[in-house]
Amino acid sequence: MFERIRHLIIKEFIQAFRDNRTVFLLFVTPLIQLFLFGYVATFDVNSISTAFYDLDRSYESRELARRLESSGYFAIKYRPESQQEIQDLVDRGHVLCAIQINRGFAKDLKRGTPTQIQVIVDGTDSNTAMIAMGYVNTVIAGYGKERMNSLIRAKLSKIEFRTRVWYNPDLKSRNYMVPGVIAVIIMLTCLLVTSMSVVRERELGTMEQIMVTPIRPIELMLGKTIPSAIIGFFDMSLVTVVGVFWFDVPIKGAFLFLFLCTAVYLLPILGIGLFISTISKTQQQAIMATFFFFQPSILLSGFATPIENMPDIFQYVTYLNPLRYFLVIVRGIFLKGVGINVLWPEVLALFVLGVTILILSALRFKKRMT
Amino acid sequence: MNSSETNVAIKTQNLRKVFGDNVAVVGLDLEVKKGELFGLVGPDGAGKTTIMRLLTAIMTPTSGDAWIAGHSILNEGEAIKERIGYMSQRFGLYEDLTVMENISFYADLYGVSARERPARFERLLGFSNLTPFKERLAGNLSGGMKQKLGLACALIHTPEILFLDEPTGGVDPVSRRDFWRILYDLLKDQITIFISTAYLDEAERCTRIGLIHRGAILMTDEPSRIKETLGTPMIEISTPDAREAREFVSTLAGVRSVNMYGDRLHIAIEKEDLAGAIMDSLKTKGFSIEGERAIIPSLEDVFIATVKRQEDGTVRG
Repeated sequence: MFERIRHLIIKEFIQAFRDNRTVFLLFVTPLIQLFLFGYVATFDVNSISTAFYDLDRSYESRELARRLESSGYFAIKYRPESQQEIQDLVDRGHVLCAIQINRGFAKDLKRGTPTQIQVIVDGTDSNTAMIAMGYVNTVIAGYGKERMNSLIRAKLSKIEFRTRVWYNPDLKSRNYMVPGVIAVIIMLTCLLVTSMSVVRERELGTMEQIMVTPIRPIELMLGKTIPSAIIGFFDMSLVTVVGVFWFDVPIKGAFLFLFLCTAVYLLPILGIGLFISTISKTQQQAIMATFFFFQPSILLSGFATPIENMPDIFQYVTYLNPLRYFLVIVRGIFLKGVGINVLWPEVLALFVLGVTILILSALRFKKRMT
Repeated sequence: MNSSETNVAIKTQNLRKVFGDNVAVVGLDLEVKKGELFGLVGPDGAGKTTIMRLLTAIMTPTSGDAWIAGHSILNEGEAIKERIGYMSQRFGLYEDLTVMENISFYADLYGVSARERPARFERLLGFSNLTPFKERLAGNLSGGMKQKLGLACALIHTPEILFLDEPTGGVDPVSRRDFWRILYDLLKDQITIFISTAYLDEAERCTRIGLIHRGAILMTDEPSRIKETLGTPMIEISTPDAREAREFVSTLAGVRSVNMYGDRLHIAIEKEDLAGAIMDSLKTKGFSIEGERAIIPSLEDVFIATVKRQEDGTVRG
C-alpha cells in the first residue's frame, strides 16, 4: 500500500517539476503574494497630507503646527488663506485633513479658557479618516496637557493614562497581515493543487486507466493529497522565513508548533480540495469552484475585517470556516508566542472540521465512473 | 465449476446500463471463450465504451451481471482488476512523462516486483519497438507509438484478458497493421482479447465478433459465418448514375438495403432469384448498367443490412 502511494507521490512531483509554469505557480506566486501583502496592503497611516489654516499667527499656533509635523503622522503641505481654499483642497483630494486655528487661540491658552480648533477630515475612506482623527486628537491633547502643566505647575495629584500596546507595540499592520498571508497561501495552493491534479487526470483519460489497476481508493486519495500537503508545508516555511527575515515580522512562538498546527489545518483544506475534484469535470470548473469557495472564506475569516463586526448570522457561518481558526493560531504563534495551552480550542475545531470534511469527501471519491 | 465454465473468459447476463432516460446497453448476453479475439463492432455511440467500462468494473451496471475470469463485476472488481489489462480510447498515457516513466508507473501500480521488471520491460519495449525511444516524452510520440506504449502499459502485469477500446482510432494504416501483428502474437500466449472497433475491416480480423447497434448486440459469430449465415444474397452493379439508381432501387420490393461505393451499388436482396427482376426494372427505368455480378457481402454490407432490418422490425413491431 505504502509503495503505491510513494510511487504516486513521486509521479506527481516529476510532473510538477517538468512543467515550468507549475513550478512558478507553486513556488514563486506565494512570494509575490507575500510581497504584495507585505508592502501594499497596509492600514498604517503616515504622513497625512494636511492643510494648516492659521488665523491666529501666534507662537503657540506655530508650535502646534511643528508638533503635528514632528509626530510623523502629518505632512503640512498647504497653508491656505481662506475657508474656500480649504474646501477646494479637500474636494480635489490634495489633502486628507485640514486644521483651522481661530483668532485668539494663544490668548485663550494663556488665560486658561477653553478654546476651539476646527479639524476637517475627508471621510471618503472612513478607515483612514478615523485613524487621522485619532492622531490629531492625540497630538493636540498632548500639547494642551503640557501647556496646562506648565501653567499651573500643580503639586496636586493627577491621574495620567499610560497606554501600552501588547504584542504589536508599534501597531504595524504588516505584523498582522504577514501571518494571515501564510494561512491564505496554504489554502489557495493546496485547494488548487489537490483538485487540479485529480481533475487533470480525469480530463486526460488517465484516471480511467488508473481505475482499472488494483489501486485502492484510499491509496489514490492519499497519493493525490500528500503531494499538496508537502507543497503546503514548503510554501508555509518559505513565506515564514521571508516574513521573518525580510519583513522583520516577529515570530515569538515555536516554529515546530506552527508546523504541527499547519498539519491540522491541512485536513479540512485537502478535504475541500478533494470535494471540489469530485464535483468538477474539467480543470476550468475546478478553478471556478476553488475561487467560489476561496473568496467567501477570506471575507468570513477575520483576515482583513474583524468577525465581531459582522452581522450575527455571518458570525455563525464563520465557525465552519477553517481559515477563521487558523488565523487565530498563526497570529497567536507569531505575535503572542502562545502555545497549545491557549490555542487548543482552535486546533480541536480544525481537527474535527477536517476529519468530517475528509470523510464526506472520501465517500464521494469513489473509484467508479458514473 | 465444470470444464466448460472454466473455459469461459467473459460472460454477461442481461447486462443493462441506463443514463437518465438513455438506455446505453440493452440487456447484454454474451460469452467469450478463453483465447478468443472477440470484436465488438458498431458505429460511434452504439455503446461500445460503456460495455468496456462495465466489463472492466469501473462502472456499475443498472441491472444484470457479468463475470470476468469467473469474478462478478458487481462485487469482485478488485479481483478482476488483477487479471485484466485495459487500454482506454485515449491510451491513458501521461504525456509529460517519458516512455520508461509511463511503463514504470503502471508497473508500480500493479506491484510488479523489482526482480521481474528488467525482463518484462525489455520484452514489452521490444515487441512495441519503443526501445530506442525510452527517454522520449510520451507526448512527443506519434499516434502509432502512443498506441503501442498504451498497450505495453496495459500488459505490464501479464493479464489473462485484455480489453482494448477502439485502440486504432487516429492511427495510420501501417501502424494499425503492426498493432494487429502484436495482437496475434499475444493470442499465441493464450491471452483473451476483447476489442471494440468501428472499422469493419478490423472486425474481419477477429476470431468472433458481436455486431452492436444502439446498445444491443444484433448477432455474434465468426466474421465469415456472419456473412454466410446472414445469407443475404447481394448483387453489385456499376452505373454512372449511382445516386439516382440507389434511390430507385431502394423503393423496389425484395430489396433489403443499398450501399453506394463510388459508382458501384451493393444491393442486398431477399432471394437470389430477385436479381433478374431488379435488373429489368433498372433497365426499363433507363439506367445504363455497366457491370453486374453476384458478390459475397463485406461485413459492412452485412452490418448495414442487419441494422436496417432491425429498424424495420422495430417500426413494424
